[in-house]
Amino acid sequence: MRRVVLALTLATLGAAALLLTWGVDGHWDFALPRRLETLAALVIVGAAVAVATVVFQTVTASRILTPSIMGFDSLYVLVATLIVWSTGAATALAMPPLALFALNTGVMLGASLLLFRAVIGDGTRGLYTTVLAGVIAGTLFSSISGFLFRVMDPNAFDVLMADLFASFTSIDTTLLAVGAVVLTAAVAGAFAMARRLDVLALGRDGAIGVGLDHRRTVMLAMALVAVLVSVSTALVGPVTFLGLLVANLAYRLTGTHRHGANLLVAMLVAAVALVLGQALLQHVLAFNGTLGSLISLVGGVVFIAMLIKESRR
Amino acid sequence: MITLDSLTKSYDDHLVVDGVSLELPSAGVTSIIGPNGAGKSTLLSMVSRLLGVDAGTVDLDGLDVHRAPSREVARRLAILRQDSHTPARITVRELVELGRHPHSKGRLTPACHAAVDAALARCDLADLDRRGLHELSGGQRQRAYVAMVLAQDTRYLLLDEPLNSLDLVHATALMQLLRTLSDEHGTSVVLVLHDINYASVHSDRIIAMRDGRVVRDGTPEEVITEEALSDVYGAPFRVHHLDGDRIAAYYR
Repeated sequence: MRRVVLALTLATLGAAALLLTWGVDGHWDFALPRRLETLAALVIVGAAVAVATVVFQTVTASRILTPSIMGFDSLYVLVATLIVWSTGAATALAMPPLALFALNTGVMLGASLLLFRAVIGDGTRGLYTTVLAGVIAGTLFSSISGFLFRVMDPNAFDVLMADLFASFTSIDTTLLAVGAVVLTAAVAGAFAMARRLDVLALGRDGAIGVGLDHRRTVMLAMALVAVLVSVSTALVGPVTFLGLLVANLAYRLTGTHRHGANLLVAMLVAAVALVLGQALLQHVLAFNGTLGSLISLVGGVVFIAMLIKESRR
Repeated sequence: MITLDSLTKSYDDHLVVDGVSLELPSAGVTSIIGPNGAGKSTLLSMVSRLLGVDAGTVDLDGLDVHRAPSREVARRLAILRQDSHTPARITVRELVELGRHPHSKGRLTPACHAAVDAALARCDLADLDRRGLHELSGGQRQRAYVAMVLAQDTRYLLLDEPLNSLDLVHATALMQLLRTLSDEHGTSVVLVLHDINYASVHSDRIIAMRDGRVVRDGTPEEVITEEALSDVYGAPFRVHHLDGDRIAAYYR
């Protein structure tokens, strides 16, 4: 366990050094601050998505479900679309970034809590009902967004598209700072409830049997997940399969049920994956694509493989 | 003593438990028997607060089970159900340690480690404690769950059909273990059983339910009779006396 953490920490540092120094020719004072900002965004968002996924998977007792897969990303697209559509492109562009961010996050937070409550209930519904409800909710949200895209003013659509694709290189510094504070607090919250999450994995009856306030713990966990995904998505856009990838890789690496270990390792794996991915994107692929699509390519394949494996059991 | 006062539960107009009032003793082995759908498991779920009541109260040595903090209840009463969810990648010892949660909230004290070791030894799992739960056979896994509730170290131990996934030898071993626990440790064991002969041989008291009500309540001598069992199950029974035990036959 210690060796895993040490190796991953070294890998994170190595990847960070690579991202910061690869191909800087001369203009360090220009390159370094921008790259540091990107690095910070990658690490913070990676950690948030990793922690959110591990917590979410414990509550839903599944290794396949993630907030994104349960309709969260389409909810984000819908909320962003509704905001641009209702305010108009000019207003959306003129709004101070922090106000837009706060609006986006606030609506997301409320809507996602409602979505989680509706789809997951108290976590006792079983995988199939949950997946079905999530897929239906996701399809509904996408359809509404699709409709709005069609009736939207082209300028507004243009503004919206810039907002909807995951981007780690063009983040407002103030937003990043605010987001970092909120996300750090939520991650700390998740670590503080690690032992309660260990018990929660016994299922509802088992957890109540050993004296856990099940309802409260599930609500608290879901609130943390909602904060983590809302803020990180509002910051950089949806990165759909990242959580699935890093959470499952972490479970393999730790080989334990303990959330303290799984949360930490998942965070480190996410940091390594995102930072390395970004470095590759910038230098090998020469920015031809986005990190989000790179993750979706790898993550999508893993997701399908896991579904097939699970259905054969 | 656990006092049940007119407990009632219905699902969609169908009355499952119909105003049951009972006193469960603070010692001894008490078995609850009855045909499918008699409300045995529902009753046990309500007594252990896993299921809310429609009406009635459960008093656990002065504690209202449905209103008191869950942790407070968990220090006095442990419940084992059949459909336990197994956390992924957990070892036997780690599972048993979760049973200490009501006492330690996850930070194990020396007393916790002692209780865990004792529970593992009682369930004959001391050699398997580092094994992953998913590597074990069904019977071993069931014993691990029993060890978890034993580690909880409660006055009352409630079990819902604990013999279900066990073969004959392990089922008998578990009943002997529960009997010993009650005799030596003073634990009050309350269990729902399908096999009436295990109930007959190992219980101090048998409660028989039918259609959501208690229809017989007494010692094995009083409940394991041809007349009483025929009434409870609505089918003919023969009761034989073998080596001082009352064994019911219902195979023909």
